[in-house]
Amino acid sequence: MARWRYILITLVCLFALNVASLAQERFPPPEFETDYVRPTTTMPQPEQDIWEYVAAGVLIGALLLAAHLALKRRSRKAIFALMLFSLVAFGFIRKGCVCTVGSVQNVALTAFDPAYAIPIVVLIFFAAPLVVTLFFGRVFCGAVCPLGAIQDAVLIHPVRVPNWLESSLRLLAYVYLGAGVLFAALGAAFIICQYDPFVGFFRLGGNWNILVLGACLLLIGLFVGRPYCRFLCPYGVILRQFSRLSKWRVTITPNDCIKCRLCEDACPFGAIRAPTEPWPGKEYKIAKVRLAFLLLLFPMLVAGGAWGGYLLRDSFARMHPQVRLAERVHLEESGEVEGTTDASDAFRTTGRPSRELYDEAAQIGRRFAIGGAIFGGFVGFIIGGKLLALAVRRRRSDYEADRASCFACGRCYEYCPKEHERLKLGEKAVVART
Amino acid sequence: MPEHNDNVTRRRLLRDGLWGACLAGIGGVAGFAVAKGRKNDWVWQIDPYKCIACGNCATYCVLEESAVKCTHVHAICGYCEICFGFFDPESVTLDEGAENQMCPTGAIVRKYIEDPYYEYTIDESLCNGCGKCVKGCNAFGNGSLFLQVRHDRCVNCNQCAIAAACPSQAFKRVPADHPYILKTVDHA
Repeated sequence: MARWRYILITLVCLFALNVASLAQERFPPPEFETDYVRPTTTMPQPEQDIWEYVAAGVLIGALLLAAHLALKRRSRKAIFALMLFSLVAFGFIRKGCVCTVGSVQNVALTAFDPAYAIPIVVLIFFAAPLVVTLFFGRVFCGAVCPLGAIQDAVLIHPVRVPNWLESSLRLLAYVYLGAGVLFAALGAAFIICQYDPFVGFFRLGGNWNILVLGACLLLIGLFVGRPYCRFLCPYGVILRQFSRLSKWRVTITPNDCIKCRLCEDACPFGAIRAPTEPWPGKEYKIAKVRLAFLLLLFPMLVAGGAWGGYLLRDSFARMHPQVRLAERVHLEESGEVEGTTDASDAFRTTGRPSRELYDEAAQIGRRFAIGGAIFGGFVGFIIGGKLLALAVRRRRSDYEADRASCFACGRCYEYCPKEHERLKLGEKAVVART
Repeated sequence: MPEHNDNVTRRRLLRDGLWGACLAGIGGVAGFAVAKGRKNDWVWQIDPYKCIACGNCATYCVLEESAVKCTHVHAICGYCEICFGFFDPESVTLDEGAENQMCPTGAIVRKYIEDPYYEYTIDESLCNGCGKCVKGCNAFGNGSLFLQVRHDRCVNCNQCAIAAACPSQAFKRVPADHPYILKTVDHA
């Protein structure tokens, strides 16, 4: 054995000296004298196509069925059954990936990365719920989205969230959408996927922190209906706007509202709007001044947001691994930190000059300056828009499901006495057109 | 003055206009994506020339047992008698005992072919993708052992959890019809 150890030590010394120069082929592959045949490398192909397309088809089918159940059949039980089906099919069978909520990032990456084009199935997952929402409202949220379904299934004792809190928390979702698009478009990361709180449950495993986050959201969801959907979901806020324009919509009553107030507390998601009082003349004047002020404030909010986003450009850029690497290498080279990381070691073995890395990071930084400003402007736009919306008074004569907030879950139907009458008489519901 | 029409109010016109714009917007996005071509799906793969075998692949994958496994291209392999992908450099004796092996799970099978050549194959059912053998083979051998995402196992997450944790940015999306990046002989 001493001989082997001697050879071994010699080899180690020899090759340790030449690691950089000898990248490959230190030992020429042998030519065998026996009739030995080299095994070939197996390359199992990705299992794809069929099941992905089936999933896309099931998605479209489920969307249309959800629209039928919510608008025509008006059956909470049927909607709930479809929701459970979606939870199993898109959640536990498809493992929650690819999902509609995350597909926003694929669209953003397609728009800004010349090398990437969104796969057709992901495109269907992105576009189909939007198109259906333009016609029938947010039936996707109520019965098809697995993230919504898992929260809806655990809701046992809904409490009311005050309006001001609901509206303020909702701004988080817009910020999340903006950030998700920003970081996906500039190639930093898909944060909506990384912080998807429920996908760990669908996969029955995953990052511990995210599982805890998901468990917390579900715990909150026992009392606050669908917290992720209402306050965080980045796709939901797009659907909100589309739902406002939908051709048909969910109504609480199957025909005429008799203002009995029985449905007032029916919605666990705070989506039922009471009829408005007539506008008092005195307030009207104040309201006009307020509106004028907010209209003036609006561009300032957008500009201020853009300025703030621009100031935060360095923090945003740090989300990009290349920028983090450049910073680390710089710190190491200037002697400000001791030691190296895996990333900086990996960079050094490539033999690239660090100047090149700094230039690349600077270029990414410039992109984040523009992106950050747009993101900040978007947030300012949303806040300004929200303030304007609060300052404008809407006229409502009936109890209505708020078109933006309604998930089309169908809980309110049975609260309406007119619905009971309709069921007894076996009449068809009038599907409200806008 | 336009004719008065009860059916068309200003609000209605605005709403219908926006509705059309939204539909056109979705169509535009779809059209743009289709025009960009590449009907391909994408899958994750490791660029073996960037990989530093840090060990993250074994722990960050969302699967209990990582989708990343060691791959061996025998055409590059030197069939070394003393393989540093197989033997731990600090091994006491050079026999195939588990304590002398680099692989923590004993997933590399060493087989005598002819003097002085030995064949090394990976038992994928045992490999956990830790990359210890890759490190050894890269440092002292030909680099014929390297990590690859095995697509019979990978669930193809929209954001690969290992990719997010990869220090050398070796993970990338590759077209699904060329899902592997194998090392080749002529690569310098």
